[in-house]
Amino acid sequence: MANLYECTATELVDKLQTGETTPTELMAHYLERIENLEPQIHALTFVNKEAAMEAAKKAEKAMKKATAKKYKLLGLPLIVKDCISTDGLPTTCGSKILEGYIPPFDATVVSRLREAGAIIIGKSNMDEFAMGSSTERSCYGPTMNPWDLNKVPGGSSGGSGAAIAAREAPVALGSDTGGSIRCPAAYCGVSGIKPTYGRVSRYGLVAYANSLEQISPIAQTARDCAMMLEIMAGKDPLDSTSVDVSVDAYSDGLESLQGLKIGIPTEFFVEGLKDDVRKPIDAAIDVLRDFGATTMSVSLPSIKYSLPVYYLIAMCEASSNLARFDGLRYGKRVDVPKGNFDAVYSKTRQEGFGPEVRRRIILGTYALSAGYYDMYYVKALKARTLIQDEFKEALSYVDVMIGPTMPTTAFDIGTKVDDPLTMYLEDILTVPINLAGIPSLSVPVGFDDGGMPVGMQIMGNFFKEAQVLGIGMALEDKLQLYKKLPPVGA
Amino acid sequence: MVNDEEFEVVIGLEVHVQMTKLHTKMFCSCTSDYRGKEPNTVTCAICLGLPGTLPVLNKRAVEFAMLLGLALKSEIQPNMFFFRKNYYYPDMTKNFQISQYDKAGGVPICVGGELTFNLGNEKKTVHFRRLHLEEDPGRLQYDGSITTSPFVYVDYNRNGSTLVECVTEPELTSPEEARIFLKKLRSIIEHLGIADLSLEGSMRCDANISYKGHARVEVKNISSMKEVERALNFEMMRQKQKIKSGQDIVQETRHWDEVRRVTISLRTKETEKDYRYFPEPDLVPITIAADEIERVEGLMPELPDARVQRFITQYEIPAYDAEVLVDSKAMADFYEAAVQQYDDPKDVSNWLMGDVSRRLNEDNLDINETKLTPEAIVQMLQMIKNGEITGKIGKTLVIPMLDGVMPADYVKEQNVKRIDDEDLLREVCDEVFTENASIVEDIKNGKNPRAFEFLVGQIMKKTKGQADPELARKCIKDLL
Repeated sequence: MANLYECTATELVDKLQTGETTPTELMAHYLERIENLEPQIHALTFVNKEAAMEAAKKAEKAMKKATAKKYKLLGLPLIVKDCISTDGLPTTCGSKILEGYIPPFDATVVSRLREAGAIIIGKSNMDEFAMGSSTERSCYGPTMNPWDLNKVPGGSSGGSGAAIAAREAPVALGSDTGGSIRCPAAYCGVSGIKPTYGRVSRYGLVAYANSLEQISPIAQTARDCAMMLEIMAGKDPLDSTSVDVSVDAYSDGLESLQGLKIGIPTEFFVEGLKDDVRKPIDAAIDVLRDFGATTMSVSLPSIKYSLPVYYLIAMCEASSNLARFDGLRYGKRVDVPKGNFDAVYSKTRQEGFGPEVRRRIILGTYALSAGYYDMYYVKALKARTLIQDEFKEALSYVDVMIGPTMPTTAFDIGTKVDDPLTMYLEDILTVPINLAGIPSLSVPVGFDDGGMPVGMQIMGNFFKEAQVLGIGMALEDKLQLYKKLPPVGA
Repeated sequence: MVNDEEFEVVIGLEVHVQMTKLHTKMFCSCTSDYRGKEPNTVTCAICLGLPGTLPVLNKRAVEFAMLLGLALKSEIQPNMFFFRKNYYYPDMTKNFQISQYDKAGGVPICVGGELTFNLGNEKKTVHFRRLHLEEDPGRLQYDGSITTSPFVYVDYNRNGSTLVECVTEPELTSPEEARIFLKKLRSIIEHLGIADLSLEGSMRCDANISYKGHARVEVKNISSMKEVERALNFEMMRQKQKIKSGQDIVQETRHWDEVRRVTISLRTKETEKDYRYFPEPDLVPITIAADEIERVEGLMPELPDARVQRFITQYEIPAYDAEVLVDSKAMADFYEAAVQQYDDPKDVSNWLMGDVSRRLNEDNLDINETKLTPEAIVQMLQMIKNGEITGKIGKTLVIPMLDGVMPADYVKEQNVKRIDDEDLLREVCDEVFTENASIVEDIKNGKNPRAFEFLVGQIMKKTKGQADPELARKCIKDLL
């Protein structure tokens, strides 16, 4: 029998329901792995040791009842990114400014997963306020990539990505504003899906750029992501931007890929794309062709504007979203003797935010200012519509589009962190999807010459998560890459 | 030297009306009935703006704003948006206010509109630029004046309540006009049943004041209708003195300090706030279909102008009386309740507009803030009519009635019935004649015919108003 950690979440859920393992055994197993692996990987900002074990004991009792079948994830350990609110557990967004903040409520997604029986085992590291692509910009220090501890795990949900790769838990939550789930999924060799904007409630997700982001599952397989998303998705009365569209049975998969039309956007295969990244992607596309899918080239010329458009919108929204962190009501406060509240605000925010967050707040504030608003924000919104229209048009010819998730594989820690522009370029293939609002799944398709994982993204039409996940499942069943573990966790 | 006639002033108002009749706040399910509650207890994660929370629009708030818009002949917009107004201030939990905007592509719920009110014998119409929905910030409390208070206390109970801000064109020309305008606006709002504006802080104003040819000054923090006239008078006097002494008016925002009754500079044009308005990404655009407007129109109750007309025809009272009564919904309701029980509507209005209103004005109260009941007024009028008490006694009953005492009980307890015992009055008359011998002489010599009423007055005084005036006259004539 395989070790528990070698099982996918789907397999574990099955084992739990059939009694092959128990919630306490499973929880103890992962807590032990966390204890052993964390010193090297540093994926978590908080380990919910005692409470998780307590919850597992309760789950064990519930397991014996006839109603146990109703709780799909009963006893399944879950890691939650540090920017997703968890009742009674620290939620600090990797930022000093939220030092000591413990929310009095669960994010809707978290409460849905908890109701389904999942148990939060820990909170995961991230770039401060999800602003970054490497998880180097956390006040808790960087997370290491389990495939090579000198490399970044990607970001901003790098903690969740690394934790899943190292099998510190079977499933995790992240968020994706401009690629923050797909980038670590690609760099860590796991699967992560950014759902259609509005598919999943954002209630409880600490906002970075509201109009772009979604809470997203990350796991070893697309099938695991599907199982999670089935529970997470659906209209939430607490989030006006969540959409009332029925939730498909994502984990059922597709009957056949015969006749599936796949678009290959030429702009995704850019010059900078490394050969050894391209190769496994081409091979994966061949597999899909073997399944009966057809491919055609499509063009999305406007995505060349994606980066500036994305950063403008995200920074503008962020400058307003992050205004509430002033030290008055919660989190860190730097008192200024005899100073007025303006002085307290300034000092608190100066000391509480890291340099990248400060940079984005300042740029966003500038771009929204009188005289610049039309020139930047309004223009960015127009360009966004243009990009969106191009995606819609392309997706009227094809069912899905496929391309690399990232132009490269994981890079060495410390090599890009001082060069914001180079770091922003990391997001070139992920941000267009957030601007368009469509779903996109990143799945592992192989390794580069250095043995680092390569991710491929499958981009679908609005609310067609079932199709995107179904393709991912067909591919992973064939490639079986999820069975290969990184050296550190093996 | 500048003459007073050359001082032409224009005033524009931004009236913030709290929709106090809503059960919950604008974006969360906290009760909007926060008054009198322990500070910071009527809050939740959403109105406290805790990280990750999202606003969900209260649909009734939209309906209330539509009612007000329709009553003010404003145009309801088929697609409206919420915008964020960004600024840092401790009364804001998110450091931005969810509001609406009419620039940068923003569309508020109501555009345009007008309000016509009586100005002496004339009518004046003031136009609205827009009516928009926004959330109320929390409340800052100072220890006395803002300039000397060592602390700022913050209470977020009010935070997130629903405001409709009514922005007028700068068409008012005096503090008095502003007061009359506001009174009419208030009556309309109360007739709509969307707010009880007798509640503290439920109607607050900012005012723009500018003299022709001079810079515009904005006065903020005017907390009630009563303060508006005071603040405007002060600010106009301040500007006038500056102009007279040849100084420039600085374009600035000033704060009305209610305690010291002065305006103080908050910020000048150079440091004027840039609110960085942009569309609220957490709320979707709101579509208001034509049939929805129709539905809300159907909810429209009788408004003040119509009620005045009805009073004139139904109760046959003068237009002036009808207007004064309908100025306050509470008074008009009271009046109607009273005339249901008493068949002399003019008599009722005389009393309400006279002695009762005088007393209410002195104490700055609305009639529904007292314990006076229509039954009490009716009982008093009946007692006067059937001769149990005099009108003069009636006047002395107003204060006890405002405290909830019924006239019959009071009269019985205090024994203030009308004196119709002729022998008793004759004795009083004798006393008055002795004390005013020279005046009596004058009357007898035909020198001072008006002194007769003086003697009647003296008798009333000695009997504490209880003497039957006709019987008193008879006694005087007899004695003369």
